Amino acid sequence: MGKTKTLAGALLTVAMLTVTGCGGGGGTSGETAAAPADPGAVSGEIKVLTHRTDLVQNGVMKRYAAEFNKIYPKVKVTFEGITDYEGEVKIRMNTKAYGDVLMIPAAVAKNDYPKFFAPLGSTPELSRTYRFTDKTEVGGKVYGIAQFGTANGFVYNKALWKKAGVTQWPRTPGEFTAALEAIGKKTGATPYYTNFKDGWPLVQWTANIGSVTCDPKATDKLAGAVSPWKEGGELHTIDSLLHDIVKRGLSEKDPSTTNWENSKGLLGKGEVGSMMLGSWAITQMQAAAKDAGGSPADIGFLPFPAQKDGKFCATLVSDYQQAVSIHSEHKSAARAWIDWFTGKSGYSETEGAVPALKSAPLPATLKDFVDNDVTLVERSEAQTGPVNAIDNAAELGLNKPDYRQKLIDIARGAQKGSLQGYFSELDKKWDEAAKTAGS
Amino acid sequence: MTETTDTAPRAPLAGSRRSPRTVRRAGRGATRHPGRRTPQGRSWRHSPLQRITPWLFLAAPLALLITFTYVPVASMVAYSFTDWDGVSPERNLTGADNYVQIFTRPELFRVFFVSGYYLAASVLQIGVALYFATVLSFNLRFRNFFKGVLFFPYLINGVAIGFVFLYFFQDGGTLDSVLSWLGVRTDHAWLGDPTSANVSLAGVSVWRFTGLNFVLFLGAIQSIPGELYEAAELDGAGKWQRFRHIIAPSIKPVLSLSIILAISGSLSVFEIPYIMTGGATGTSTFVIQTVKLAFQFNKTGLASAAAVVLLAIILLITWIQRRLVPDDKVDLV
Repeated sequence: MGKTKTLAGALLTVAMLTVTGCGGGGGTSGETAAAPADPGAVSGEIKVLTHRTDLVQNGVMKRYAAEFNKIYPKVKVTFEGITDYEGEVKIRMNTKAYGDVLMIPAAVAKNDYPKFFAPLGSTPELSRTYRFTDKTEVGGKVYGIAQFGTANGFVYNKALWKKAGVTQWPRTPGEFTAALEAIGKKTGATPYYTNFKDGWPLVQWTANIGSVTCDPKATDKLAGAVSPWKEGGELHTIDSLLHDIVKRGLSEKDPSTTNWENSKGLLGKGEVGSMMLGSWAITQMQAAAKDAGGSPADIGFLPFPAQKDGKFCATLVSDYQQAVSIHSEHKSAARAWIDWFTGKSGYSETEGAVPALKSAPLPATLKDFVDNDVTLVERSEAQTGPVNAIDNAAELGLNKPDYRQKLIDIARGAQKGSLQGYFSELDKKWDEAAKTAGS
Repeated sequence: MTETTDTAPRAPLAGSRRSPRTVRRAGRGATRHPGRRTPQGRSWRHSPLQRITPWLFLAAPLALLITFTYVPVASMVAYSFTDWDGVSPERNLTGADNYVQIFTRPELFRVFFVSGYYLAASVLQIGVALYFATVLSFNLRFRNFFKGVLFFPYLINGVAIGFVFLYFFQDGGTLDSVLSWLGVRTDHAWLGDPTSANVSLAGVSVWRFTGLNFVLFLGAIQSIPGELYEAAELDGAGKWQRFRHIIAPSIKPVLSLSIILAISGSLSVFEIPYIMTGGATGTSTFVIQTVKLAFQFNKTGLASAAAVVLLAIILLITWIQRRLVPDDKVDLV
């Protein structure tokens, strides 16, 4: 009996310790991670956390580090590739050991950036050189620099579309579904592939907010009780298009067992007509087309089917932002790496992505866009914090697949409901959450 | 606790050079030799090392248990009273707000309907396991082979099972091919609509866990003494009567354990639906919903409260079940 009492006492103590230990916080030093003036003088060992496990494993990252060392000989760069980057880094950020350079996980609230990352400089100073700086701006200071950006649109198989007699880019959602119908009828291919099972490709649709009305501030305007799915709203147009594609049977037969890796080959071979993705996917699709026996030249990229004043628009959004940990002991070495990797390594060029450096030219993958005079709209991130707060409070997930999976289920009749009913349900959730969060 | 050290009574020969250790060893033997009685208390006082020995042995498992079970549970309970988002160094106490939310938002509880599929499946699972355990407890050709076949699925990692069955249910996948060999041409998307998807997923769960129930039942059945069967046979009892009056009563405790496991298992299904459908198409369970709250919508506080509620529900059900079916001693002889 006495023993059980001691044990219970010990457990209680542990519990109390845990409860009281809850208030622990990170450090808050305002020291700027400035770029070193003399590349030869900066030294130290820095660890870079990255989600590109493939590049860490095949040694590409090591080669970048070797190039970097030619200019900064005294800095030693090591990499840690993390497969479940978001999930793992989010948990590690409760400690002090989250590397020197890391990609900012989406889970970190914008206002918390100063608690986790060292500022990289003032906004006017950095926005002259880099795109997308407003995404990480808190209180006039920038906390992260984008690796690169992506333009949004549909990856499609040009040869297949030609075979179906569609040679012009569709200019309205109606023309788009008509084009898909023609592909389905004339070629027997699956006109559109949703990637429903893997889910994340559905999130790409959200990145088109702004493409419809050519408005860089379209996402900012969602901050508040604005009923984003009301008639005429961008999300209304975007999600209606997806709904119509599925409802008319223009997508794959069994969405519940789709497979992303397979889908690349299917598009390459011309068994699938199109997929909504970012421009980052073009190089992967080209490679897959080659492997599947197709031609890389068949892979094309077209903007969201909507025009303003006779011109197409496509949103430009930033990929992961690189930041310097506030706990880093070699902040200027870390900063040197970020500047070099973003601007001089040739990484974004290899990836076929839009460079974060303003002075660098657009990649070859976007040649179609340049030739057809597509307006690239750099998405404003001024209100991203409040918008995300509302999104989370509503448990909707604009950047999560769940609500679009349900949209597809409704469209194909697997779940009860109508499009209008679902939209008003989403609006209601959004507006209610806006009253409590994000203001 | 102390009994573990004074084991075999070994009566020492002479008393002159006895170390305290042999004195203690003689502890139980001493009752038979009153002249050599040594007061236990004295030896305890003389060797503090022996006193803490059991605690030293216990230290490792206790440390592991506390670090990996009680501390996390305690922190979870603590989080459930905050609005923590899982990352931010700041968190505010919100009192019972999270619990109020859980009990005032009916959609959070609606997912428990999905557990109904798994509960129905586990009834089937227990039935199948019981049938095979009974059959295979008698002498049968290839008995051990069949035991292996039945138990094998339980040994496979749940994530692997999820992936295997994803191919199984795919359009034109294994199930469709097998059915077409049998002459059934079907165009059904097995994971396509909520009912079909939940039934399919529950089927996978039956396939996976039948082995566990089977082994539990088989162990219980095999511990029944053989002469009971012989006696029953002499009295002219048939197979059914032997099952009804010998096997069924003797496995009652294991059966009630299986039922508790089945109920708590169906309330907290996670791996199979999470891997196979990710909770889409109406297959979301309470645990999937909790994980999404915590890791998609950054509501770690609310998710912790949900986890605490689930724990409480399972404890409650177990308690009710124990009250309804008391665990009385089984006495066959």
